[in-house]
Amino acid sequence: MTVKSTARARKKAAPAVPDTLRATGTDAQPELVQLLTPEGERVEHPDYPLTTTPEELRSLYRDLVLVRRFDGEATALQRQGELGLWASLLGQEAAQVGSGRAMRTGDYAFPTYREHGVAWCRDVDPLNLLGMFRGVNHGGWDPNEKNFHLYTIVIGAQTLHATGYAMGITKDGADDAVIAYFGDGASSQGDVNEAFTFASVYNAPVVFFCQNNQWAISEPTTTQTKIPLYRRASGFGFPGVRVDGNDVLACLAVTRWALDHARSGNGPVLIEAFTYRMGAHTTSDDPTRYRLAEETEAWKAKDPILRLRTLLEKEGLADEEFFAAVDAESEQLGLRVREGVRSMPDPDPTLIFDHVYSEPHALVDEERAEYVEYAASFEAGENH
Amino acid sequence: MAGQLSIAKALNEALRKSLENDPKTLLMGEDIGKLGGVFRITDGLQKDFGEDRVIDSPLAESGIMGTAIGLALRGYRPVVEIQFDGFVYPAFDQIVSQLAKMHARALGHVKMPVTVRIPYAGGIGAVEHHSESHEAYFAHTAGLRVVTPSNAHDAHWMLRQAIESDDPVIFLEPKRRYWDKGEVGAAADLGLHDARIVRPGTDATLIAYGPMVKVCLEAAAAAEEDGRRLEVVDLRSLSPVDFTTLEESVKRTGRAVVVHEAPVFLGMGAELAARLTERCFYHLEAPVLRVGGYYAPYPPSRVEEAFLPDLDRVLDAVDRALAY
Repeated sequence: MTVKSTARARKKAAPAVPDTLRATGTDAQPELVQLLTPEGERVEHPDYPLTTTPEELRSLYRDLVLVRRFDGEATALQRQGELGLWASLLGQEAAQVGSGRAMRTGDYAFPTYREHGVAWCRDVDPLNLLGMFRGVNHGGWDPNEKNFHLYTIVIGAQTLHATGYAMGITKDGADDAVIAYFGDGASSQGDVNEAFTFASVYNAPVVFFCQNNQWAISEPTTTQTKIPLYRRASGFGFPGVRVDGNDVLACLAVTRWALDHARSGNGPVLIEAFTYRMGAHTTSDDPTRYRLAEETEAWKAKDPILRLRTLLEKEGLADEEFFAAVDAESEQLGLRVREGVRSMPDPDPTLIFDHVYSEPHALVDEERAEYVEYAASFEAGENH
Repeated sequence: MAGQLSIAKALNEALRKSLENDPKTLLMGEDIGKLGGVFRITDGLQKDFGEDRVIDSPLAESGIMGTAIGLALRGYRPVVEIQFDGFVYPAFDQIVSQLAKMHARALGHVKMPVTVRIPYAGGIGAVEHHSESHEAYFAHTAGLRVVTPSNAHDAHWMLRQAIESDDPVIFLEPKRRYWDKGEVGAAADLGLHDARIVRPGTDATLIAYGPMVKVCLEAAAAAEEDGRRLEVVDLRSLSPVDFTTLEESVKRTGRAVVVHEAPVFLGMGAELAARLTERCFYHLEAPVLRVGGYYAPYPPSRVEEAFLPDLDRVLDAVDRALAY
């Protein structure tokens, strides 16, 4: 018998892998928690019940529409040269609004650079988010004002900040919880796995909210994992849940449950919001080079806004007047964002030296003085 | 704290005082609890302050740094122990990209009062990754403060000052000097970032920090036998550098030799030599010379003595400086 045929024989004899273990990160079923189908039907889930008033449903619809409008406006502004870059959330509105609206005032969110919808729910002025992308600052807002941390660009680094913050909540004996946002690509990072370990062993009240949008720039989720991402949690000793990330009601219910679980002293939870990035990774990206148009088309049918609108219309929970009012508000938001970005002043160059340290630092002081003198020499020249 | 303390004990007392003075101060690191740290710098502190304040961390350096940042955001004042110099690299992103920049990125709205203690440099016959001098990486990163004491008094008071600072401080502990004893005074006599003239002289200035201060003091004592009076300056702070003290010294002596363990190429000595040349050009009788490690990975311990500057290499450089 040749070596080759032995290898073949061994391969044949290998035991069958159960289907449940074969599932990869791109297979959604059967674990997906769903409360609102793509056809706009309400469904019940025994573990995550959710009662909603018509007013709440309308409010969620308004959030989704306005967040998408803000995002679309920012993409357009980048195309017009007003922003250096933009990371669009198109398609992920439900994951962000659902999880964002599940938070209480004292809870704290640690975003990546794409959580514009969560920022909206935290009442952060959308124009604040644009400073970094326009190039007037590297973050800018006071994270403690709305309990929404600065955007973090190095992938996964913020999950540790979130975990440390949550450890502090435990030490304070406070009744708050933290959400750490990250993507499917970030699940491969050491920092995310270290955050899982720290959160687990210290029982930190942190909810890890992974938006699996199927693509880490050009790499599919199958490059990051061989098992569904939510199952990673079990290896670290805490629960993992996969939720339909295009279903705002399921995202709200599951995140609310997870935050309560965490704040009650039960430790962390991993939520995998199974969703799709409809646009490019950022405005510098070209998804036509790595993914098929059919795939994007298939996800279009699961659109998070359309399905909620269908429910509102079918159940008679909102009338034409309501939809028209939301559209009008959306126009106003678009105008405010356009005008706000265009009139955003460039910072004074001495910003370079501001806030490098909180206490005086001799080298920074010296270089600031040098720069100020150098800059002044040009103004003095103009007077002659 | 009267009497002679080892540097290790002086650091231990500094941590104890800091824990006593501020309930928001926390210690985090690997094996710092029951074991008291591999160098016993945290000896007895978990027993007295509890597991919530002296925290044994999982074995993950990035995790330790990243969670310390989160605790600082929540209002705590973490003091992190990295077990050995060469183990800090897995935490490099958290230190240089996150910790160093958070205050600036938030336009001053948040502070990062995190102290990172690192036993550093060689001379103890350790295996690979236990003898690194990486101070230039950290001093090169704006947003970090970098300091290193050379004696028990400074070890105690500089650590207390570092912990009280609202900025992140990389606190480098010269591990081969941990057992050197010295008097610890009742109060800090210098700011955290002031250099100290530890031996006055007139013929040349030796500039050193951390473990090399002792070598330079020995060199100065030996040189005196030949009638050469060398001034020794302990830099103490690598970011910012106290150029005022250095400049005054070099203008008086006209000659300077910088001594450190790290490779000479692009090391602290390069920066010091360049600045002193800019500022003291007309006072210099010789180029500012540098003595340090070679541009090679830190060697196996059986040959580390060839790598590390010793008394003879320092005196050789002094001879060269005086020959101009």
